[in-house]
Amino acid sequence: MILAKIVGTVVATRKDERLVSSKLLVARPIDPSGKAEGNYLVAVDTVDAGVGETVLIVSGSSARMAAGLKDCPVDAAVVGIIDQIDVKS
Amino acid sequence: MQIALVIGDVVATVKAPELEGHKLLVLQPIAPDRENAGRTLVAVDAVGAGVGEHVFFVRGKEASFPFLPAAPPVDACIVGIVDRWDLEA
Repeated sequence: MILAKIVGTVVATRKDERLVSSKLLVARPIDPSGKAEGNYLVAVDTVDAGVGETVLIVSGSSARMAAGLKDCPVDAAVVGIIDQIDVKS
Repeated sequence: MQIALVIGDVVATVKAPELEGHKLLVLQPIAPDRENAGRTLVAVDAVGAGVGEHVFFVRGKEASFPFLPAAPPVDACIVGIVDRWDLEA
């Protein structure tokens, strides 16, 4: 899984029917210190996350194992909202 | 599978229900010479690993297999704690 900060939302009227009523979020991967790294990605929300929150994103086929995403054409899902990250320096 | 150093832990109160009770750790993948090799990531723990330990982890859908028959939405899982490794010079 990766850590990411939610920076926006995506609105799409025409989409695969299995994505109807899914909330799509724009996320920027971050390192544990909060520094942005890598490319933006779009992830389906399963935990009611919002803009500005730090979240846990699961990618690849595992994303479909999140609640309600069985057989959905997705490769990234938000599965947790991060309260705290402790890193040993 | 890849070798990594456990550098921290993550606390998330709001998360997918299938993740309840699983420990989330921050990993820094490393090369055999102990240099950092790639971006940090978050993995679930299947073996009782802790911060400061060297571990090996599996990526992808297989990361959920240690928890069968449950299928938590995870894409990285620690499946072993490394005691040591030896390289032929």
